[in-house]
Amino acid sequence: MKRRHWFSKTGLWLGLSFLYLPIVSMIVFSFNNSRLVTVWDAPNSPTLKWYGELFRNEQILGAAWLSIRIAAMTATGAVVLGTLAGLVLARFGPFRGRALLSGMTTAPLVMPEVITGLSLLLLFVALEQLTGWPEARDAATITIAHITFSMAYVTIVVQSRLAGFDNSLEEAALDLGARPAKVFFRITLPLIVPAIMSGWLLAFTLSWDDVVVSQFVAGPGSTTLPMVIFSKVRLGVSPDVNALATIMVLIVATGVVTSAIWMRRQERRRDREMQMAAAANK
Amino acid sequence: MAERRNDNKKEPWRDPSAQAYVQIENVTKRFGDFVAVNNVSLKIYQHEIFCLLGGSGCGKTTLLRMLAGFEPPSSGRILIDGKDMADTPPYERPTNMMFQSYALFPHMSVAKNVSFGLEQEKLPKAQIASRVEEILDIVKMREFAGRKPHQLSGGQRQRVALARALAKRPKLLLLDEPLGALDKKLREQTQFELINIQERLGVTFVVVTHDQEEAMTLASRIGVMNRGEIVQVGTPSEIYEFPGTRFVADFIGSVNMFEGQLIEDLPDRVRIRSAELGGVVYVDHGISAAPGAVVWAAIRPEKINISRTAPADAAENCVSGVVKEIAYMGDLSIYLVKIASGKMVRVTLPNTERLSDHERILWDENVFLSWHSSSPVVLSQ
Repeated sequence: MKRRHWFSKTGLWLGLSFLYLPIVSMIVFSFNNSRLVTVWDAPNSPTLKWYGELFRNEQILGAAWLSIRIAAMTATGAVVLGTLAGLVLARFGPFRGRALLSGMTTAPLVMPEVITGLSLLLLFVALEQLTGWPEARDAATITIAHITFSMAYVTIVVQSRLAGFDNSLEEAALDLGARPAKVFFRITLPLIVPAIMSGWLLAFTLSWDDVVVSQFVAGPGSTTLPMVIFSKVRLGVSPDVNALATIMVLIVATGVVTSAIWMRRQERRRDREMQMAAAANK
Repeated sequence: MAERRNDNKKEPWRDPSAQAYVQIENVTKRFGDFVAVNNVSLKIYQHEIFCLLGGSGCGKTTLLRMLAGFEPPSSGRILIDGKDMADTPPYERPTNMMFQSYALFPHMSVAKNVSFGLEQEKLPKAQIASRVEEILDIVKMREFAGRKPHQLSGGQRQRVALARALAKRPKLLLLDEPLGALDKKLREQTQFELINIQERLGVTFVVVTHDQEEAMTLASRIGVMNRGEIVQVGTPSEIYEFPGTRFVADFIGSVNMFEGQLIEDLPDRVRIRSAELGGVVYVDHGISAAPGAVVWAAIRPEKINISRTAPADAAENCVSGVVKEIAYMGDLSIYLVKIASGKMVRVTLPNTERLSDHERILWDENVFLSWHSSSPVVLSQ
């Protein structure tokens, strides 16, 4: 018993350090005074020097703002298309071409990013020659490219949420006199809002940290944040990137922890209410 | 229940000139190669509680869903109030349905669930509110109006589902296993409430159930279904006392079936020799079958007497055997008696007196089983 206790404890710590040691070292070095990332300048550290520099760096701030806009547009577009696809797959029963649609929407999940990026680039170039649009590759082409691969995730999330719901909810609404469009807005949509929200966040994250596809379809004036980081690191790791990454980790961690706490509370309240309802029945 | 409705006025199906409210004409439903409902014709009259009874997969739910408009028939017609429903979508039919899963909208309160249907009719707000209150009063759920479905117990959800289906005052209410999810005690109580509500509001009910007890208690008439077909339609007592086929006799209640040959076939009596019984069954009413035909004599367990001594006229309608099993159920006891042919015969006795163990018939006793000549039902298929 004691032996196993020791074993699982070691396993836990090894696993955790494997996952988080790189991040911790990055956070620590973001407070380093030295320009050399690998050398800890003990007398002058910790310092917020690189954070200050970061906020004076127009290139990074501009790229971050562009990335946020692209991610938000991508997430919104992916949610609209993905929800429609998920709805059709989960609710419209068997129809001609269903298997094809199902396969095609989920294909981007397994497609190598390099191929997705390359084929989209070829598409945009061909389109430009044929129709004159897009004149240059910019934020719009990046957004379209991001929507194509992040839509698949939204589709899957929405489809599985709908699969967990009884068809008869929508039938009941029809039976009570609501027309199909009304059934969608009053019953179906409220039920899948959680899935749509998590799909939106998922698509946002995918777009936010994509380098490979963006690399193919970006133009000279549209450099996203991950692309800036990537090019900076190629010239040698600069400490302001550490600072930037630390801020991003902080934002993500706050978000994850808050939503976990909120969901846990909701679940507990629901459990309690259900227990009370069951007890009242006796 | 059936007895109460026995005056002719309340039995419109006995009146050939009566207008049926629901007419199902030669309706068939196929899913691919599978025939779920096979050429069913039915007439259901106003103010009836009509039960579709059958095992799982017999097509009863499919038939109900066709009435609601969720499935189009592959062939045949459905008329409600004289109007062909072929092109009427569910949201325009004069029917409402109570779903087996209740299908309460989880994101709406009880009151919102109930008012949903009324809002679709674009009634004024005040009228909707008063109708919701009224219907919640009927199902005794008014104090729970603000709750969400997950805050209700199973029985309460069932009431809300009923209230929601009744709120639009449909002429025809379709109920899919309405009491299936309730425990036994609550189910019995709710059965009678359903009947009360139905009589008060004058709605026509079509109930789908696999529970024969539920069908017996609720129904004005029962349609027994098997493999997509209606095998028999009748009042609960007709179905129980005069089953038309072995399937119906066996499905409704329990029955002892003896295979035999007709040896005497007169208009007012028949005799059946049964090897399975090891004797002759004498029946005091005539049947229509060819002499010498193979028939089955079906005798209900409660119509068989059990005694230690042979009855006076033991030549016919009597058999001896050994008690093999006794199940004491409180209100009655079930005996399984093994007769000479090896067949087990089921007998039920009401426990009308409190007997001590030495007065009661016990295991391994030799007993005589006998029945009145009016008790057997002779079935030829």
